[in-house]
Amino acid sequence: MGDAGQRVLVVDDENSIRRYLRAALSAQGFTVYEAANGEEAVNAVLSNRPDIIILDLGLPDFDGIEVTRRLREWSQTPIIILSVREAENDKIAALDAGADDYLTKPFGTGELMARMRVVMRRLANKSDAPILQVDDLKMDLSRRLVTVNEQEISLTPTEYDILRLLMQNAGKVLTHRQLLRQVWGTAYESEMHLLRVNISNLRRKIEPDPARPHYLLTESGVGYRLRADE
Amino acid sequence: MEQRPDPDELLKQIQAEETSRGKLKIFLGYAAGVGKTYAMLEAAHQRKAQGIDVVIGYIETHKRAETEELVEGLEVLPRKQVEYHGVTLSELDVDAVLARRPKIVLVDEFAHTNAPGSRHPKRYLDVEEILDAGIDVYTTLNIQHLESLNDVVAQVTNVIVRETIPDLVIDEASEIEVIDLPPDELLVRLQEGKVYIPEQASRAIDKFFRKGNLTALREMSLRRAAERVDDQMRSYMQTRAISGPWAAGERLLVCISPSSLAEKLVRTTRRLADELNAEWFAVYVEITSKPENDPVNRERIGRILQLAEELGAKSLTLAGNSIQEAVLEYARKNNITKVVVGKPIKPRWQELWKGSIVDQLIYASGDIDVYVISAREGASSSIVPKEWQPHSSPGRYAWALVLVVISTLLGVFIRGDLEPTNLVMLYLASTVISAIFLGRGPSLLTAIAGILAFDFFLVPPYLTFAVSDTQYVITFIALFVISLVISSLTARVREQAEAATIREKQTAALYNLSRDLTSATDLQQVANIIISQINLGFGREVAIFLPEGEQVRVFATSPNYHPDENELAVATWSYEHDQPAGRGTDTLPAASLRCQPLKTSNGIVGVLGIHSKDKTNFLTPEQRLTLAAFANQSALAIERASFAEQAQQAELLQATEKLQTALLNSISHDLRTPLVSITGALTSLDEQSDSLNEEYRQSLIVTAREEAERLNRLVGNLLSMTRIESGALKLHLEPGDIQDAVGTALEQLGKRIAHHKVQVDVPADFPLVPMDFTLIVQVLVNVLENAVKYSPKDSLIEVTADLLDGKARLQIADRGVGIPSDDLSRIFDKFYRVQRPESVSGTGLGLSISKGIVDIHDGQIYARVRDGGGTIITIELPLRGKE
Repeated sequence: MGDAGQRVLVVDDENSIRRYLRAALSAQGFTVYEAANGEEAVNAVLSNRPDIIILDLGLPDFDGIEVTRRLREWSQTPIIILSVREAENDKIAALDAGADDYLTKPFGTGELMARMRVVMRRLANKSDAPILQVDDLKMDLSRRLVTVNEQEISLTPTEYDILRLLMQNAGKVLTHRQLLRQVWGTAYESEMHLLRVNISNLRRKIEPDPARPHYLLTESGVGYRLRADE
Repeated sequence: MEQRPDPDELLKQIQAEETSRGKLKIFLGYAAGVGKTYAMLEAAHQRKAQGIDVVIGYIETHKRAETEELVEGLEVLPRKQVEYHGVTLSELDVDAVLARRPKIVLVDEFAHTNAPGSRHPKRYLDVEEILDAGIDVYTTLNIQHLESLNDVVAQVTNVIVRETIPDLVIDEASEIEVIDLPPDELLVRLQEGKVYIPEQASRAIDKFFRKGNLTALREMSLRRAAERVDDQMRSYMQTRAISGPWAAGERLLVCISPSSLAEKLVRTTRRLADELNAEWFAVYVEITSKPENDPVNRERIGRILQLAEELGAKSLTLAGNSIQEAVLEYARKNNITKVVVGKPIKPRWQELWKGSIVDQLIYASGDIDVYVISAREGASSSIVPKEWQPHSSPGRYAWALVLVVISTLLGVFIRGDLEPTNLVMLYLASTVISAIFLGRGPSLLTAIAGILAFDFFLVPPYLTFAVSDTQYVITFIALFVISLVISSLTARVREQAEAATIREKQTAALYNLSRDLTSATDLQQVANIIISQINLGFGREVAIFLPEGEQVRVFATSPNYHPDENELAVATWSYEHDQPAGRGTDTLPAASLRCQPLKTSNGIVGVLGIHSKDKTNFLTPEQRLTLAAFANQSALAIERASFAEQAQQAELLQATEKLQTALLNSISHDLRTPLVSITGALTSLDEQSDSLNEEYRQSLIVTAREEAERLNRLVGNLLSMTRIESGALKLHLEPGDIQDAVGTALEQLGKRIAHHKVQVDVPADFPLVPMDFTLIVQVLVNVLENAVKYSPKDSLIEVTADLLDGKARLQIADRGVGIPSDDLSRIFDKFYRVQRPESVSGTGLGLSISKGIVDIHDGQIYARVRDGGGTIITIELPLRGKE
């Protein structure tokens, strides 16, 4: 899919993982650069100007969170984090530091491509389009109107704000803290129950089967994500 | 024989040479102002010049310029400030010394009495502790503070010195340096105002600083030092088996009583023992039939025995029927050669009656010498107990006379009908009654009054003591003798019965304790039994302290009592030093808790603390003995219980090892199986890609991929299990939405659950439940996966949530093969899989991880058989999270 010659930087200290990613990504038409530690990663971003960075959290010199923080000081290049299942706190920290998405190891090539696609597309058409749509869920920002299957849904202002945030970032995971901060304000960053209750209510209104959500997906221990069109 | 070194002596020598204990050097003077402190400081500077670490723990310069100059250049440790009645007193800070750990510490005024509330009542005890810690101590002392010289100094100078130290302490000093100054020079210094005079002594100063006194004191100190040199020489000769001039081992024994003479007796014996170079014993005899019940006297006996111990005696209390019997029996058994007793200060007539103890002792002593020490003029006899008349309450004597009156009235009534010799029986009967119920004294009174009454009222001529017939004289004598014998026999029987009752009570109490202790199975029960039995028997609160690492902690206490920090410090001290501490002991006597180390042959197992709210309530000697027996029993029981617990832990460890073996076996199998498939599939694709048709290729790829996923889940499960077991799993509790958790679990299961219908029913108003969301999702994934694995395709799995008694209840019901009811509780065990003919893959870890996670949420997870087939797994989570 890689639009001819798009550049990707792979940062991982494991040679075998770098080799696998090089093979998989090259086959998709990407130009692949590699870095084995944080120092190299920062330098590679400076010299190679990649379009996207795939960054492992566990690096020998300074960890991926720190790399993210340093890069975000001057670069908006999308970053996808690679991490293991148990390291939820690291994922959250990296996302809060400005990473765009994460993948839990081990992952399939298809999954990686899908995430890269979503991130890069979001960056490409950063339009201020007043109408957002995912499948049958439609949101008209200019009229503050939400419909599912052409049926109007009535939302509270808070629910509307949450949904708007998620839809504007469709496909991207938003951490609990990011959602709380942007909807309620910084002082409410740890009021998890507010978020849980509102998400639960929102699901009852927009999901065909709230017990098995189609649109509003839970990223266990990290946050929420709105399903993106493939 | 005599030329062989005495093994005890050798042992002492070894102990003296042991380097672990610090060395004590005493700068000994004969009066204030001779320059002890000055000499000590000079010595300190010399040591320091040699590169030795010397610090000042406590120094009193009395503002003498020359002394203060010497303090400079030496490190001075801070003093401890003690508040007492609004006055701040500064004392030696033992902890500061122990923390600083110098090689040598200077501590002035060895005989100083510490401020009330200090750790030790006396400074020399502080020094003992510092020495025990292996730190050398330099100190100063005036000769008059020596316990055994106390009397002599008082006689010579007429000044009574109250601050005394036991001779034993200076005997154990490694080095004594006599600081000598001719009395004339001292007097000159005094006139020049160079000598500091304590205020309280200023009145006595004229009396004290007289040339005669000073000369006497100087002689005493020089002689004392010389004696020591003599001792050292002797001990040197002894180690080298050089036959010396010492006499065959003399052993002295001094009998003490609560009388005012006792201290003098003890001090005299100490001097006697010193001169004879003899071992000596101080003994108090407790007459079993007449225990000392007066608390003042009891305490006094204790103090005197302690004094004797400080002076180097072995102190002990003997029990026996009579003083002379007990003393001589002990003396014979222990090869005592000389017995020291005080000269009786009772009126002579009492001795005539009962015979003095001294007389009896001398009469029965055989080849043991008896020394009788006289009381000083004017010794008060006020505290001499009335022990010769144990049942002396006037009431009893009144009753004795009443008995005589009754007998007489009866006799007068029937005297016409009976011979007087038969009437005598009335008096004999009353004497017996008196002896049985009133004791020895009253029965004697009954006998004598009876004879007189008999003569006066019943022997003609009546109402006169004159006797008409001389044959009655024989009746009188016979009556008297018989009365005497009966009264003494009966009284003795009675006393023995009483003594037996006391012993029986103690034995019963001990029996109860040991009986209850045998039924105890663990340490907690043992402790509770000890506490309740001591409480029952002695009316005291109890605390049991057990070691934990280097320290002791309160293990159990009486319900209405909890030791405060000070009392814990007492227990800690007692544990560390393996000695009793607290109330009634040398160490921290101000505490209301008395701590007794609990010792067995294997060492110290803990500390028993006895606490009494009533400060004046002391234990009787019998109670103390019983308590000691209690402590022994308790120590053994605690040791036994700890052993049992250790054994239990060992068993547990063994079980854990077995489990680990099972784990390794299971893991190696479960890890390898998917690897075999993956390796197989990949090698086929690599090496035989040409000969494979597209269908095979696809099947190999799917296999490898599925097996890789399985391997991933297995590794995840193993990691979870390890985290749960090691306690490393940190719960991150947040209000969580059950429905969201179920939905997330279903999402994660993905394709694995595709062939089953899942129906979720969570009420819309279901509250948020405190949970670690990720972990609960993991539980649900495991439980749902199990339900899928064991139920047929396309069957329904129902998930319902409801509230029950403040808990959120989540039920996962399937229509699967079900679990045999025997296995219901075991399915949550590690590696447990219900045996099935058709093989279902899995490690048997899922449910045990789930249980681990639910457990740390303080929740419950259990399985039951579902009506109509299948299984229901129930998960209950508390609605209020863990604190």
